[in-house]
Amino acid sequence: MADYLLRRFVQALFTLFVISIIIFALISSVPGGIMAAYEENPDMTQADRERIEAKYGLNKSVPERYLIWLGNLAKGDWGNSFVSKRPAIQEIADRLPNTLILMGVAFVVTLLIAIPLGVYSALRQYSFFDHVMTTIALAGQSLPVFWFGLLLIILFSVLLKQPNGAPLLPSSGMYTPGVERTFADLVRHLVLPVTMLALVSAAGYMRYMRSSMLEVIHQDYVRTARGKGLPEKTVIFRHALRNALIPIATLIGLDLPSLFGGALFTETIFAWPGIGRLYFDAALKTDYPVIMAVLMIFAALIILSMLLVDVVYTFLDPRISLS
Amino acid sequence: MKQLSPKKQDARRSLWQVFWHQFFKHRMAVVGAVTMVVIVILVVGAPLFTRYTPFKQDLRNRFDPPSSQHWMGTDDLGRDLWTRVLYGGRISLSVGLLSMAVAVVIGTVIGLVSGYFGGWVDAVFSRLTEIFLSVPRLFVLLVLTTFLRQAKIPGIQPGSFWPIALVIGALAWMSVARLVRGTTLAMREREFVQAARMIGATDGRILFRHILPNVSSPIIVAATLGLAGAIITESGLSYLGFGVQLPTPTWGNMLSNTQSQMLTAPWTAIFPGMMIFIVVIAINYLGDGLRDALDPHHVEK
Repeated sequence: MADYLLRRFVQALFTLFVISIIIFALISSVPGGIMAAYEENPDMTQADRERIEAKYGLNKSVPERYLIWLGNLAKGDWGNSFVSKRPAIQEIADRLPNTLILMGVAFVVTLLIAIPLGVYSALRQYSFFDHVMTTIALAGQSLPVFWFGLLLIILFSVLLKQPNGAPLLPSSGMYTPGVERTFADLVRHLVLPVTMLALVSAAGYMRYMRSSMLEVIHQDYVRTARGKGLPEKTVIFRHALRNALIPIATLIGLDLPSLFGGALFTETIFAWPGIGRLYFDAALKTDYPVIMAVLMIFAALIILSMLLVDVVYTFLDPRISLS
Repeated sequence: MKQLSPKKQDARRSLWQVFWHQFFKHRMAVVGAVTMVVIVILVVGAPLFTRYTPFKQDLRNRFDPPSSQHWMGTDDLGRDLWTRVLYGGRISLSVGLLSMAVAVVIGTVIGLVSGYFGGWVDAVFSRLTEIFLSVPRLFVLLVLTTFLRQAKIPGIQPGSFWPIALVIGALAWMSVARLVRGTTLAMREREFVQAARMIGATDGRILFRHILPNVSSPIIVAATLGLAGAIITESGLSYLGFGVQLPTPTWGNMLSNTQSQMLTAPWTAIFPGMMIFIVVIAINYLGDGLRDALDPHHVEK
């Protein structure tokens, strides 16, 4: 076990290292960036340009810059944002809680919708309910998530109004500006972005939950449980559901990239001050250090979650061994 | 002559007949296929179905609501939305098809080679697949497309959709590769492959003549789903302003400025997205139907 973990950990580090080289090379080859802002300035002389390039270390070759970046990273320094001049890692840390709130709530809502519906659909396979749910789920999976967000805004912020004429639900930000920040206000701002994320991803999870449950309820041990005369409730919840949830646990771990992608759209559409929005702005302005830091942290999280899935799987399903 | 039992007759049907029979049993898949055919006809024959051109501005008729003159209304520059939806579909579908083709070709070759040869080849490609899977795809695409937009690539006009389609495909082959690798591994030890090897067939011949046809079913299904995914990815990128650039319309970039126009002209935000939705759901049903029709387990039932 320890051997296996160590090997996987070293592999993960290697993967991350390769990714950092690829991403760095890629970003360094993007034209524009910090220099683009100065290009327009007619007073800029060649000397000025060289001075600024030297200041940001842009006069060195890409491999050199990579080694400097790597060296600084080893000291915990991710570089400063070209735009705000603050440390890139600080920019991310400031926005991380906002993203965690949004994604966390959306994720819990997703599972609360998907698991019961998926289980119920499976238990009533081919019923009217099952047909309706599988149709809705396929439609949900086909929905472009950003368009769904726009529709939600049209419906709840443009067409539907409060009695005083204000939009029924706010369509941007985390809190109403100029007013004291309250929990109720935050919840109101969460409704639309969470709906957007949760309904679309619930569609996928529901389909997996349904098929996973269908597979399990035809297993011998479920028949045995029934044969022992256990009440149906116990059979479903203690014997079937617990086993059906194992593949879902894996899915959650492997789904992280699409969760990040969802954050990018939601935070951009709803002006949610999170990491997705930060990255979008950084990409617009070619803010290398912020782009680099966000990509590396996300890649590390994805790799970590894949590793975690493998390890957790062996605990959940003793039939699988790690050799 | 002895009368054949119905079951025997059934077994005599050609594979194609079995395929069509299974496919037509899946009603929604047929609806999906018909929808796709209609949309492709509309999009390819765009000039036949509209009086306007996609770039013709008419500033006196900005934000006209849907009417008999403008079926889907007009946009912020008075351009006919229906026309732009038709022409935009050309780009959206082309990008989708092209990215899917890139992903399927890369994925199939890598999957075949690593499944068939195994050993260090497999180890290298598996690591490569893992690396690509660990990258936050959409985030990297934002940077990649920024790069491609500003880079001057010989032979490709600026504003062309080719580079975008290629990079979307280049980041989407991993699931195909894993699928093909798994199936190839199972095929490698089968008798017909051994027989081919024994009569002296080269590795290339075994791979492409004997193994590839046998892994084609899962590839076709994966390709359909990949097409839906590529269309969504392109529209998302273009929506964010990082995909195909205006004024060339695509269903994604037609949505990109609509958020500020929602009070005055909500239809500008509704119709292009509806097209993406309809196409993707049609393709997904089509994929479902193909899976049922191509999966031998279903035929046996």
